[in-house]
Amino acid sequence: MRWLLGRIGVVVLTCAILLVANRLIIDNIKEYYVSVLVLCGLYATLAVSLNLINGITGQFSIGHAGFYAVGAYVGGAWTMLIRPLVVKSLPILQTGTQIGDHLNLFIALVLGTVCAGLTGLLVGLPSLRLRGDYLAIVTLGFGEVIRIVILNMDVVGGPRGFTPITELVNNHGIPLVWIFGLLVVVVAFSRNLLKSAQGLKFLAVREDEIAADAMGVNTTRVKVTAFVIGSAFAGAAGVLYAHCQTGITPDSFDMNTSIIITTMVVLGGTGSISGSLLAGIALTALPELLRNDFIKEYRMVIFSTLLVVFMLTRPQGIFGHREIALPRFLRRLGRKGEPNP
Amino acid sequence: MQALVQTLIYGVETGAIYALIALGYTMVYGVLRLINFAHGDVYMIGAFVGFFACTQWLPFKDLSQHPEAAMLNVVLALVTLLLSMLICALLGITIERFAYRPLRNGFRNADAHFWGFVIALPVTAFAGAMTTTKRQGVFLFAGVVIGFIMRPVMAYLAKRIKPSGSRLNALITAIGVSLMLENGGINIFGADPKFIPDILPKRQFNLFGLVFDSSGLIILAIAAILMALLRYIVLYTRPGKAMRAISHDIDAAKLMGINTDRVISFTFALGASLAGAAGFMVAAFTNIKVVPLFGLQPGLKAFVAAVLGGAGNIPGATLGGLIMGVVESLVASKFPQWRDAVAFILLIVILLVRPAGLLGKNTAEKV
Amino acid sequence: MNQQRRKSSLLGALLVSAALFGGGCKDKEESKPNGTGKSGETTTTASRGNVVTGDTIKIGEYGSLTGDNSTFGISTDRGIKLAIEEANAAGGINGKKLELVAEDDNSKSEQAKTVVQKLVSSEKVIAVIGEVASSRSMMAAPVCQEAKVPMVSPSSTNPKVTAIGDYIFRVCFTDDFQAVVAAQFAWDQGFKNVAVFTDVKSDYSKAFGELFANKLKALGGKIAAEPTYQSGDVDFKAQLATIKGATPDAILVPGYYTEVGTIARQAREIGVTVPLLGGDGWESDQLIPGAGTALEGCFFTNHYFAHDLPDPNIKSFVAAFQKAYPGKQPGALDALGYDAAKVIIEALKRSKSLDSVALRDAIADTKGFAGVSGKITLDEKRNARKEALVFEIKGKEFKPKKSYKPEQVGL
Repeated sequence: MRWLLGRIGVVVLTCAILLVANRLIIDNIKEYYVSVLVLCGLYATLAVSLNLINGITGQFSIGHAGFYAVGAYVGGAWTMLIRPLVVKSLPILQTGTQIGDHLNLFIALVLGTVCAGLTGLLVGLPSLRLRGDYLAIVTLGFGEVIRIVILNMDVVGGPRGFTPITELVNNHGIPLVWIFGLLVVVVAFSRNLLKSAQGLKFLAVREDEIAADAMGVNTTRVKVTAFVIGSAFAGAAGVLYAHCQTGITPDSFDMNTSIIITTMVVLGGTGSISGSLLAGIALTALPELLRNDFIKEYRMVIFSTLLVVFMLTRPQGIFGHREIALPRFLRRLGRKGEPNP
Repeated sequence: MQALVQTLIYGVETGAIYALIALGYTMVYGVLRLINFAHGDVYMIGAFVGFFACTQWLPFKDLSQHPEAAMLNVVLALVTLLLSMLICALLGITIERFAYRPLRNGFRNADAHFWGFVIALPVTAFAGAMTTTKRQGVFLFAGVVIGFIMRPVMAYLAKRIKPSGSRLNALITAIGVSLMLENGGINIFGADPKFIPDILPKRQFNLFGLVFDSSGLIILAIAAILMALLRYIVLYTRPGKAMRAISHDIDAAKLMGINTDRVISFTFALGASLAGAAGFMVAAFTNIKVVPLFGLQPGLKAFVAAVLGGAGNIPGATLGGLIMGVVESLVASKFPQWRDAVAFILLIVILLVRPAGLLGKNTAEKV
Repeated sequence: MNQQRRKSSLLGALLVSAALFGGGCKDKEESKPNGTGKSGETTTTASRGNVVTGDTIKIGEYGSLTGDNSTFGISTDRGIKLAIEEANAAGGINGKKLELVAEDDNSKSEQAKTVVQKLVSSEKVIAVIGEVASSRSMMAAPVCQEAKVPMVSPSSTNPKVTAIGDYIFRVCFTDDFQAVVAAQFAWDQGFKNVAVFTDVKSDYSKAFGELFANKLKALGGKIAAEPTYQSGDVDFKAQLATIKGATPDAILVPGYYTEVGTIARQAREIGVTVPLLGGDGWESDQLIPGAGTALEGCFFTNHYFAHDLPDPNIKSFVAAFQKAYPGKQPGALDALGYDAAKVIIEALKRSKSLDSVALRDAIADTKGFAGVSGKITLDEKRNARKEALVFEIKGKEFKPKKSYKPEQVGL
């Protein structure tokens, strides 16, 4: 009972913080910084979700942008193509009102997540038989195939991009609640997974697949599960991206995006949730910070050089497998308040 | 029927180029189990060397004004071919020495020197570009000084580093090097497309109702010669034998007294020079635009070709390249918008049905 | 007990998510006063959009200064800078100097939106110039529309760009004019059976091809074949062989110069001898180096600008341009960038007050402005009604062949 109350407390607290932060931020900082924050949140979500696959389960996927794209396009398709057909019989789905906007976004989010998860299942089932580099190549290939399929779908604009998509998130000034809410869910999910018996199976697959198999872990199932969950979260991020950006093109989901997400996971420390989170935020914000007159032209060179040097001098990433954990910090302060698991 | 055969011929021409690039991927994969993502960018550098040689460094004559200079141009084109192979080989060795070797052997002092300078260079370059004065020398000097200051910093960082065996790290490093070359290329060469002028006379031949183009035939011939040469080196020379020994078992090769680092350098040099040759030939004989992202798509396709034939397998890469070229050409003639997808679909199917590739051997994993 | 807890922590994760979505819903009611308060605020402050304060008038520019289309962005940037410098040399606007804030979008539509937000909300620019590519203009235009800052596109020709809102303008013609001109010209030249070879990756190319085909069919012509390519491809022979089999009178290649040269070469290599037709995407000093002699006698439609046209406006522009950028020859994109900036500068002089809303009205009033790329009159759809010029390629030169007014093609 105490445990449940504690959990509910955490959830309520999180929501409250998000709402307050959102109001403070939206009212006080400029639109540009909000959009940078939005991108930071999205990329952090993507990095943490890929960390589920690459870090926690030790697989090797470099085609994450494909699932991101599936989410974005499915979400966009709901809002722009399917919703107008349904809205006649269900007037509550009318956009422009508070309830309608949030309800639509929620439906888009569910659809996008489910479709991206299903795509993950389709991709994962055959390809997760492969290991290491070969798996990497196949995921890369699937990512590109997804992009090219979208490129050839005229109903969502093909190469011209899917514009406009109604801006559901920004309409009432609360994009950050949704985006960081999703981020909190992904982080909480990953963290709780690591603490659970299920999660130990994931870790076992990472550490030694053959040994895990011998111990009775159904490794294929674990790998596919991780893959599906990771893809589903990427899809959710895609839905929010589509509705914040109000327009998407297949080029936003090319190989480079996949590579950037992979880079975030590796730089943050493969397997470290907080590492992926921080790397996701840092690597999105850094190029924007470098967007001043002096470094403008050279920022991409500097970025890539730093990447290589970092890989050579600190191969395990910023945090390695470790986490920065607030609870441990709090516990050190005084052993109370936090329900100890 | 005729149209089909014609399409096949175009496919073989494209395939020959893919094969040349794929050979570099496959050799490196063979010895290091590393996907050298920067290989496509070495191909790009080959094209740029060709561009500068043809327009600035060497006295090529404009054929439309001096038709009698054809012979001179042929000789110069051969020189350019060798030049781009040489420069690319050096680049390949550099990449291996300073980006991939530290991953294997740990970050040494020499690496600290090198990367210290590499970090200092763009910084001073932009400082130099910022100033209106002409004293670029001062900034070069400053760059050198900063480079020396960076050294102890890097060396301090390097002290605690152990070699990393992680494939993911190697892959990200390779991607980082690739990004460095692409973006460095954008800063140095500019992103605007460049074209190599016509340096050789072009003719079309009609044979059995099929059209053959002289430039396509030249590419095919040179590619065939280079591949034959490579085969000779790998099969019958000492470094070639050492390469095969390493790809079989690197630790055993070390125990047998093979200087593995040197042989790996040699492998990179070989692969990079083939890519350089391919880059120059494509840029000069098909006159497509030369841009810093020149190697991105061909690099990916060639990489797929290498996997298709069996990563680490040299005849496999040639076969994979040709298959890729032909299939792509067939698809492009009917469904051009699916051209890029077909490469990856082919790859996925092959890997799922026969993970070791067409010619690769399936090896059981040791526990 | 312990295991039970572990299981329930998974449940906890679910709970977090459920509660968060709940939180999202709860937020609806909570943010209501906030939402209205905010919009109330915006109506008071945003009724004048961005307002000039201080001694400089900031004008924003976003463009592809790096990335795939950097030549377009850099050309346009040169023209814009020239116009701003000239205006400042002439004393600025009411004693205030103009300041250009240029942002690079790396040729990526994702970044276009972010940098325009930066320009509009952080830099508080009074007007925005950009972008060349229609897809990126369309991405960024809603930001300007919402912030009530006028955006003037120098050369986005897709009709949909200015349809986004009443703050979006352009100083060039649209594709539905250009493509029709190309079709009319083809018909006039006696090319009745034309193959259309479009770039599926480009909005511009696809729309151009479709509109051309419609017009040519309406005139009584025929489309021989409609293969496609993707910008970035290097081998077009397979598609060109299809075209060769259809024996057209001409081939329309409405792509960018980066591919056109290669396409022309490969067409000649496989024995296609008919002329190629194109649009303003061909215009570049790199077209001929890319094509060699393969484009001899081919035609393309372009904006009404050529550096050797006998117009005094153009003469003075070319002279000023060559003084500012020695050794460079201005192209249509330089001219359009210059014109876009000029339209804003002229509007600033006429504007009732120095804020972006008043400036919008002034820009909308632009009538008969003598730009270097033709007379600019902005119509009710905020598009410029201008002449188009068909060029013929002769040797290394583009020779003006024929000009078309909108009325001549029934528009």
